[in-house]
Amino acid sequence: MSEKRLDLLYTEVEQELRASVRSLLEDKSPPEAVLARVEGDQVTDTALWKELAGIGVAGLPVAEELGGAGAGLRESAVVAEELGRCVAPVPFLGSAVLATTALLEAGAEAEGDIAALASGEAVAALAVPLATPPGAAFPEAVRAEDGALSGTVTGVVDAVTADVLVVPAVGPDGPGLYVVEAAAARVSPVVSLDLTRPLAEVAFTASAARRVASGEAAGRALRRALTAGAALLSAEQLGVAEWALETTVAYAKTRHQFGRPIGSFQAVKHRLADLWVAVSQARAVVRGAASAAAAARQDPGDAEAAREAELNAALAQAFVSGVAVKAAEEAVQLHGGIGFTWEHPAHLYLKRAKSDAIALGTADRHRLALARLVDLPAAEVG
Amino acid sequence: MTTAPAGASLDAPALRRRVAALVETHDPATTDQREFLAARFDAGLAWVHFPEGEGGLGAPRSLQAVVDQEFERLGFVPTGREGLVIGLGMAAPTILAFGTPEQRARYLKPLYTGEEVWCQLFSEPGAGSDLAALGTRAVRDGDTWVVNGQKVWTSLAHRAHFAILVTRTDPDVPKHKGMTYFICDMSADGVEVRPLRQLTGEAEFNEVYLTDVRIPDSQRLGAEGEGWRVAQTTLMNERVAIGGHPEPREGGLIAVAAHIWRTRPELRTPGLHDALLRLWVEAEAARLTKERLRQQLAVGQPGPEGSAAKFAFSRLNQEISGLELELLGEEGMLYDDWTFRRPEGVSLAARSPGFHYLRSKGNSIEGGTSEILRNIIAERVLGLPGEIRVDKDVAWKDLPK
Repeated sequence: MSEKRLDLLYTEVEQELRASVRSLLEDKSPPEAVLARVEGDQVTDTALWKELAGIGVAGLPVAEELGGAGAGLRESAVVAEELGRCVAPVPFLGSAVLATTALLEAGAEAEGDIAALASGEAVAALAVPLATPPGAAFPEAVRAEDGALSGTVTGVVDAVTADVLVVPAVGPDGPGLYVVEAAAARVSPVVSLDLTRPLAEVAFTASAARRVASGEAAGRALRRALTAGAALLSAEQLGVAEWALETTVAYAKTRHQFGRPIGSFQAVKHRLADLWVAVSQARAVVRGAASAAAAARQDPGDAEAAREAELNAALAQAFVSGVAVKAAEEAVQLHGGIGFTWEHPAHLYLKRAKSDAIALGTADRHRLALARLVDLPAAEVG
Repeated sequence: MTTAPAGASLDAPALRRRVAALVETHDPATTDQREFLAARFDAGLAWVHFPEGEGGLGAPRSLQAVVDQEFERLGFVPTGREGLVIGLGMAAPTILAFGTPEQRARYLKPLYTGEEVWCQLFSEPGAGSDLAALGTRAVRDGDTWVVNGQKVWTSLAHRAHFAILVTRTDPDVPKHKGMTYFICDMSADGVEVRPLRQLTGEAEFNEVYLTDVRIPDSQRLGAEGEGWRVAQTTLMNERVAIGGHPEPREGGLIAVAAHIWRTRPELRTPGLHDALLRLWVEAEAARLTKERLRQQLAVGQPGPEGSAAKFAFSRLNQEISGLELELLGEEGMLYDDWTFRRPEGVSLAARSPGFHYLRSKGNSIEGGTSEILRNIIAERVLGLPGEIRVDKDVAWKDLPK
């Protein structure tokens, strides 16, 4: 089995980007502020998103001539890690990753829509259920007829604050990818498990739409957007896991019971050592997924690069989802009573981790995707 | 030896030129391996970070990978080196760090060429994870030391010419003090090696009985009473052996399980499918972690992930080999060979799945148990408080045994 050697380290440029994103987030959106925010009217922090966009975060992998920063998905992954560390309520996943990638992969017809997203002036959402795995069949919930869309999509991430919707829909001449002004649809917020990431139901009723890709190209654009999304989501999950581990280790050093710090008990320290090993492994897997995704984006015609991107994204989701959930669960448990309270931010991370484990396909679905990609076929039970 | 000034001026291209110059005068295709390795040692290309004249050039350690890769590219990869792991990986760095110039001159070269095999006399029946509890006594008698005790789990003792040996020289001080480290001639009177049969049926390891073994003081490595510090150097080198070569995807034991799955469709069930996929994912995660560590070392930024690699590897091997047996069903109830024998090395590929399963149980015990490795990660990497120590200030002779 051949595979290109992936660069699994962080470059200096990436570390500088990390430092500036982290300092902005620590200043503007510490966990306590997020905790206060989730009970307000608007969870999404649009002011913070504008500031992040100001340092290039919204359009990192978008070429400069299209209004972006001209970086790559490796850099985006570093940003995703930092956003995960803060469970930041900004539309990075929905707008900068899913919708922007779908438009970039759609081709020339969609180029005009990208600059506003890359600058953070406008927010977009990809109108599919967030639980959709990259290998899913082209969705048929929305029908296209005479340049207008009708139908309902549930569980759409970042639709609540979106100005523009990127919609996969099926018409008489097959699948297509459409752009719709959010004002032309009905967006109804739902109560989501992840308090920091608003989901919505989006209903179209003969909503005016513009087609940006059709046929196979539409299917490919959607699939690549979900694949890139899965790779970058794993980076966010790594950030969640890192916060949970670091916070819990710090707590275990200061919390005393039976006259000793709880971190001196083997029952606690062995669990934290196991978690550290898992997080270290997750970091390597996440870097692999980001590098493979970046390589595929750089050379869209390279089928082998596309396959490696799919494989590494599936691997990352199959592995890192579990690590992030485990880390968040251990954070709640090892914080004891305080970990079960609303006032401690651990539950925000637990909710994000568990929700992320379902987003863009559960680990089980990604294992089945791997089974296909690496030729380990399912059992045929007679 | 034709060499330009070494040291700080060395970089990757300069080392490649030195490799080329050596291959020019010693064609690997026609030169005897031991002779070639001797020439490589003399050229300072054995361990580039060792001093000149002692197998190295005083170059940065990270450049060793450049040299190894260059020799490999030119088609020279030494073979049959499995029996040298203790010497190369543990004795050599310890002799370099603590040996006298005479000791370094005497031992490093034959150790490198494979002329002399080494073993390690550390563990004892009562001192495994708690190595500092060891009780093999060394008593000074003029210019020699008289050693009595028993060591265990000694791989290669039956083939070794020399051993690195840790002893108790002062029982009246706490256990980490009062230890002294020696180089022991395995052919000396009073050294008796007995095979130790393990649960696989074979004997990779030995028990070594030391009865009035006389070791000259010139064979002491490091100061009297400093044996623990010297042993720490040895042990630190035991776990950093991450190779310079990238591993392919689906290498190692997962390849065996995947091969069975692909070629034996009649054995497939949905539950085994999921179990196999989970382990495939774990194996790939472990591979990428090792690859990331390798890349870090190559740019001179070693991370603490090295301390986790062995730990993760042992767990994975145990789980995959367990699945392998279940996957084979009826055939998993068979074993290849219970004959009591002495293997040359641990070759999993040549043995049955039952052997894989049983041998892998040793992976989480040898070279530091998983429990000890967890403590090390928790305390040294995460900075969690240490274990409560009840033996810290007690003289070794007063400890319960």
